[in-house]
Amino acid sequence: MKDRLAASYWLHESHFAAVSNALVTDRRRKAIERFEAEGFPTVRHEDWKYTNLKKVLKEDYALYSPFDAQDDAEPLEFKDIKRFLVNDIDCYRVVFINGRYSSWLSETTHSGFDVCTLGSAWKKYAHHIEPHFGQLTEDLGALVQLNTALAWDGLYVRVPNGVTLDKPIQALYFTTGDQPIFNQTRSLIILGENAQAEIIERHQSLTTAQSWTNAVDEVFMGAGARMHWVKLQHDEASAALTQHSVVHQKQDSHATVHTISTDGKFLRNNLDFKLAESGAEARMFGLSLADGKQLMDHHTRVDHLAPHCTSHENYKGLFDGESNGVFNGQIHVHVDAQKTLAFQQNDNLVLNEKAAIDTKPQLEIFADDVKCSHGCTVGQLNEDALFYLRARGIKEKEARALLMVAFAHDAVADIQHPSLQAKLNRLIGKKLGVKNFGFAL
Amino acid sequence: MIEIVNLHASVDGQAILKGINLTMGAGEVHAMMGPNGSGKSTLSNVIAGREDYEITKGDILFNGESILELAPEERAHLGLFLSFQYPVEIPGVSVSNFIKTALNEMRKARGEEPLDASSMLKKMREKMDLLEMDKGFLSRSLNEGFSGGEKKRNEIFQMAMLEPKLAILDETDSGLDIDALRIVANGVNALRSSENAFMVITHYQRLLDYIVPDYVHVLLNGKIVKSGDKSLALELEERGYDWIKKEQA
Ligand SMILES: Nc1ncnc2c1ncn2[C@@H]1O[C@H](COP(=O)(O)OP(=O)(O)O)[C@@H](O)[C@H]1O
Ligand SMILES: [Mg+2]
Repeated sequence: MKDRLAASYWLHESHFAAVSNALVTDRRRKAIERFEAEGFPTVRHEDWKYTNLKKVLKEDYALYSPFDAQDDAEPLEFKDIKRFLVNDIDCYRVVFINGRYSSWLSETTHSGFDVCTLGSAWKKYAHHIEPHFGQLTEDLGALVQLNTALAWDGLYVRVPNGVTLDKPIQALYFTTGDQPIFNQTRSLIILGENAQAEIIERHQSLTTAQSWTNAVDEVFMGAGARMHWVKLQHDEASAALTQHSVVHQKQDSHATVHTISTDGKFLRNNLDFKLAESGAEARMFGLSLADGKQLMDHHTRVDHLAPHCTSHENYKGLFDGESNGVFNGQIHVHVDAQKTLAFQQNDNLVLNEKAAIDTKPQLEIFADDVKCSHGCTVGQLNEDALFYLRARGIKEKEARALLMVAFAHDAVADIQHPSLQAKLNRLIGKKLGVKNFGFAL
Repeated sequence: MIEIVNLHASVDGQAILKGINLTMGAGEVHAMMGPNGSGKSTLSNVIAGREDYEITKGDILFNGESILELAPEERAHLGLFLSFQYPVEIPGVSVSNFIKTALNEMRKARGEEPLDASSMLKKMREKMDLLEMDKGFLSRSLNEGFSGGEKKRNEIFQMAMLEPKLAILDETDSGLDIDALRIVANGVNALRSSENAFMVITHYQRLLDYIVPDYVHVLLNGKIVKSGDKSLALELEERGYDWIKKEQA
């Protein structure tokens, strides 16, 4: 597959080059060369020790190039995707099907700010893309390089200085068809000074055919900018997702990312923050509800590059069945980053003896005047608490679910929209096997 | 109401209850006294259905039917309530959510419609007033960071909401100051009727000044070794347990 992917790049390089200047093309070429040299990561890589990509690589995926004629054998209609939306919130909507933008299902804008697909922006907004694209991803691993080389469609957002988006953005990535498929999606989000945006993202397979999406996101936040990003990962048992998101933050900017992983075959999340100027604050929350043979992996990395920055991280995991979890939280406090505040917590419940979680905090601190704390726990459901609830008439299954929801609570507490909360409640209730979820998060 | 017949229970092969016989009728209040480690909490946990204990002999009948095979929640649905000696802290579950869930589960089990939000709130208010509780209490996480007294008051609040047939109060008075004790006792007395019964586990006569028992039992080393009326409690207060231990020896 490595060779097919590389061949696909070389075959289409001229198409990619046609929409960008030489700098961007050069970044693509360097990226594909690195991918060719390194190949897909294996468990011998420190970062992939507990996350074996082999399971995902073994499928015989169809590869589509954005320059192939579009195959609309099975066009989707709004009614097909409606149930995957957070409906009660009025949103901009950017929809992708098998990695390609669907204008038909989307509702984009260019008035005052841009919310659209990267595919339509390469040429039109080349002057914005050129200084940003690939600038945060150079040093990252082979999957990211592959994505950089083949990047075409994905969310493109640019918000000028001082502008707050009037409504959130829903970015939806669907896969369909009866062939196994491998997609690359690439997002670029550029927020000016004091700009504000909110993104709700969902990857969703509409088929039982195997699928793998390899997503890369770059986010640039100007001074004072604010962003809230909610990633909903509630996909089919046939769907794999590898996603690497990098957020670069200038002075006093605030970023919050929620990653809510409730279903899917194989989830590998990388989330990196570069706190480049003083006063920047990054908050990240995660929830993994895994069972069966699911794998849910969260790798996070915060680089405290400047003084007076804050990072706050709280990830929760519940592992049932034969599922596996991985948490790796890196915090690098660089030499100049005095007065850093860094908090990291990862708590896990292992509900079955065949389930497992590998959790590892990794702190490297080169400044001396900092406050850093980290902790991780792995435990079981509290039997005393379970008995307490049952003795009050709450059935065992509900009592377990209630305790799990309570455990998960602070991973989702900061999500403000009642309708998004309600949606999460439903997803979580469904996952825990509780109908009519009688209690709120 | 409840009939405990020659009840033996053990943990890890070690016998803790060694032949309890006790019958409680509707409208009655029984005080259960006895030194630490004699098996009072074990008895209440076994009645409530805790699975850690193995019942090696005997039976528990509730309204004539054995409940030994019933899950804790099924016993609760029949109207059993245990006020825990050590209520568990459950972060992330608010008191109001918990009570709502519990009460509606009870109603569901009895084939009743769930209580609508305003009736629920009204009922909560009423019971909280009775127990002189602060309104902010409802939104707090269940027992998390509660003082000893608040935890116990919360247990009685739950009892008042669930209106059980048989309530077992396991040292609900321990750690309460005299005002809190009076409030808790008022809560119990407000619920007392000819329809329900209470088992009050306590070390102290002072609670029994407020909740006057019909019977007083002494549990020692897994057995009820003495029963009497309320004067027995007074005698225990004065003389301790040594004389009973000697009588047994
Ligand atoms: N789950 C348990 N595991 C082991 N020993 C127990 C357990 N529960 C109670 N015991 C033991 O049984 C005895 C009676 O305990 P308990 O019922 O708590 O007494 P009381 O409430 O009268 O103070 C004690 O010796 C206690 O250590
Ligand atoms: Mg006790």
